[in-house]
Amino acid sequence: MAAAYAAKKSGAETVILLERDRHAGGILNQCIHDGFGLIRYQEALSGPEYADRAVAEAENMGVEVLTSRHVVKMSADRKVTAYCSEGIEEYAAKTIILATGCRERTRGNISIPGSRPAGVFTAGVAQNLMNLHNVMIGRRIVILGSGDIGLIMARRLTLEGAKVLAIAEIMPEPTGLARNVSQCVYEFGIPLYVRTTVSKIIGKRKLEAVELSDLDDSGNVVPGSERRVECDALVLSVGLIPENEVAQTANIRLLSNNAVDTDQYLQTSIRGVFSCGNCRRVMDLADYVSEQGEMAGRNAVRFIKGDPMEIWDEEKSNCMKKGFPESDTITCTVCPNGCQIKWDEDSQSYMGNGCRRGTVFAEQERTDPKRNVTTTVVVKGERQSLRPVRTKTPVSRDEVLQVAEKLRGISILPSSKIGETVFTYQSKAGEDISVITTAGK
Amino acid sequence: MEQIYDVVIIGAGAVGCTIARELSRYCLSILVLEKECDVAYGTSGRMSGVVHAGFNNKPGTLMAKFCVKGNRQFESICRELDIPYKKTGKVLVAFDDDDMKALEGIKARGEENGCEGLRIIDAEEIRRIAPGVGGIGGMLSPNTAIFDPFTYCIAHAENAVDNGAEFVFDSEVTAIEKKSNIFCVNTSKGAFYARYLVNSAGLYSDKISAMLGITKYKIFPCRGEYFILDKIADKLLDIPAYPVPKPGIGGLGVHLTPTIDGNLIIGPSAEYLEDREDYAATPEIMDKLFAEAKALLPAIERTHIIGNYCGIRPKQAPPEEGGFRDFVIREEEECPGLINLIGIESPGFTAAGPIAGMVRDLLGRHLKLEKKNHFNPIRKGKARFRELPQEEQEKLIAADPEYGEIICRCQTVTKREIRDAIENMLGARSLSSIKYRAWCMTGRCNGGYCMSRIVDMLVHDYHIPAEEITLRGHGSEMFSGEVK
Repeated sequence: MAAAYAAKKSGAETVILLERDRHAGGILNQCIHDGFGLIRYQEALSGPEYADRAVAEAENMGVEVLTSRHVVKMSADRKVTAYCSEGIEEYAAKTIILATGCRERTRGNISIPGSRPAGVFTAGVAQNLMNLHNVMIGRRIVILGSGDIGLIMARRLTLEGAKVLAIAEIMPEPTGLARNVSQCVYEFGIPLYVRTTVSKIIGKRKLEAVELSDLDDSGNVVPGSERRVECDALVLSVGLIPENEVAQTANIRLLSNNAVDTDQYLQTSIRGVFSCGNCRRVMDLADYVSEQGEMAGRNAVRFIKGDPMEIWDEEKSNCMKKGFPESDTITCTVCPNGCQIKWDEDSQSYMGNGCRRGTVFAEQERTDPKRNVTTTVVVKGERQSLRPVRTKTPVSRDEVLQVAEKLRGISILPSSKIGETVFTYQSKAGEDISVITTAGK
Repeated sequence: MEQIYDVVIIGAGAVGCTIARELSRYCLSILVLEKECDVAYGTSGRMSGVVHAGFNNKPGTLMAKFCVKGNRQFESICRELDIPYKKTGKVLVAFDDDDMKALEGIKARGEENGCEGLRIIDAEEIRRIAPGVGGIGGMLSPNTAIFDPFTYCIAHAENAVDNGAEFVFDSEVTAIEKKSNIFCVNTSKGAFYARYLVNSAGLYSDKISAMLGITKYKIFPCRGEYFILDKIADKLLDIPAYPVPKPGIGGLGVHLTPTIDGNLIIGPSAEYLEDREDYAATPEIMDKLFAEAKALLPAIERTHIIGNYCGIRPKQAPPEEGGFRDFVIREEEECPGLINLIGIESPGFTAAGPIAGMVRDLLGRHLKLEKKNHFNPIRKGKARFRELPQEEQEKLIAADPEYGEIICRCQTVTKREIRDAIENMLGARSLSSIKYRAWCMTGRCNGGYCMSRIVDMLVHDYHIPAEEITLRGHGSEMFSGEVK
């Protein structure tokens, strides 16, 4: 969407955005948690809200957003074939920008030993089922992998009343952002075991248990460390693979990790074909994906005009703190950097914050930490239909579960619009906290 | 009195389905009982998908005779019943002089069995037929083929139903009594009555037989693990490549087989175990499988792996004996009317047609086999959109816009095809049953994209509550219910 927006803004005559889903926005639509747009909009938006803004920006700029169109192939002479319910469409273009995202590594990819029962899901599938389809994957959960989606699902499952029994990570540190380790795992008392793996899946038809094992420094199971954890769902958050099946139909050069090999201008091995976002390289933050998309959009127009193209700074998107939060520190969540802030007795001031907002945040954290609550509510009369919601202003951290519980009993009308207040929570301190929808008609 | 069927068949694997279809040619009432929720859920759906030529079996055995005969019939049956089939041939790859010597013996044995066209080839010819495969020489078997085992069973069952046979799924046989020449078969779905009983229960065939007092058989389960590789790897090989079998092992050795749908599979291992349904994969065997496959085809990588599965062979040869014992296909003297099929392991699928023919002849000694006037030998499968030329695809979309909605992105399966699969003739509604019919959820994303969309269809269009959706029938419920 960002690429389409920027291409149009830079003066492209016609920009067509082809999307296979019914709505533009891709995976953002199932990412109902907040934290999107911290850089781009200086707001903590939910995924659907972020997508909504991006769609509006693109459409207002004059981009033709064509949804329910499944692109199956493209050619080196820049023709694209898409399937839709009206038939098979061919598009010829002066330039093509690939923004096809990524897919999850699966159980099959990592060859976990054991049986193949019902109850094993990748984190993204679990998220999709829970947030978009009102389908609950289980009640007693083990998560393998501590990537961001896994951490976010640990919180999501907890908010919906499931018990997350363990998060196992094979590396010595969590692979997700420190802010997610702090906010999604520690704050809910979820056990996170590093250098640990699921060494066996148990259960003939339905998952009964997993076997967790310690790993030694070379990644082998430590004999005798196996322990059985009874559970009814295993959630895998074991990495993302750039999705480039369309690129492959035109023999665009890929790297060994399936990512598109581009030059510094985000141009692929076919001149005039660009690649941006997670299909080029899996990124941690949607804001950076959008920024790169915009550059790809601008460069595509520069390519048409024959102007010199802009260079993408690879370092830029990699500054965020990952892994364990440092001890006795506050992980700042104002922006995704995750600054580790400490109170310094000597200077009587906060240290480690990258900007002034960190001081304000740390002071709040020390006295009365607050969090936004993101969850879903039922849509009246529409079976299996949910709408994402969030608190408009943060609530006291201790009240997060109560807010989520209260919202389980709320239902809204199908006609409710994005941003509408659907519930007002009376906090213990006596404040009225509005809960708003973050997607809608 | 309840209905008494002329023939009740226990087990809806390849053999049971083929027998049902064969018997449906005649004026007989036929019932197939199956403990799972669909056909091909046991050994038949967990194999290599190869139509064997018949050079691996001991001359004079039913295995050898029926394998060669079955191979000759296979293609025309696939045409009648619209089963994907491709005559790829097969190479046996020799790595040393002992292997080369063994190949001479295998070729002679094959020729004795009646296999045609077997040819010893040199390293250069191997490279030409199967570029990328190692080895110093080998044997080419031109009549070996690949096919889709799921569609095979589904097609035979559907055609049998079309011709009057009945199937009852989720009906596990718990006890059988014989009273005044009528078999009373007690199942988890109640009692069924039969004049003749065909035991094609595969892994449980010894137990079914024992229910009627015939305890002389014992099945030794022998597990084989497989890996499935991404379609990317299929470019590396388009013909099954096997090592020269070593004497004594209970299988054919770890081999590489292209599937009819364009994936490459590695396997199977051979490991005796106690449990008849322990389909778990083990880390040791997984490593071994991959190493052996890489020796055959060095270009494969672990990153090509997209999934794994296991099958269990119903062997009669105990572990200390190894190798193969011949199929038992007989009417038991101690229990007239009971036809036992014991130890139908590889090449049982290839031999299923001749096995069904033999069962028919055994029944024909008692029953009057009168051909139906209106037997329909043809079964037409649903359109496989991805295999059609663009003009055909456009016609289909114009006729039904759901053909234009791609639900499974890895395998290009449309919404209409998934609807066809859900509304299948046998009434199987589990996700695996939908998968075997539409071939969705089988690609590199393991259903990451399409599974939730299929669940959405089941919930919204077919009103199946989330908690009742299963992976493979009862006991394999996918979800705990609704979120809220």
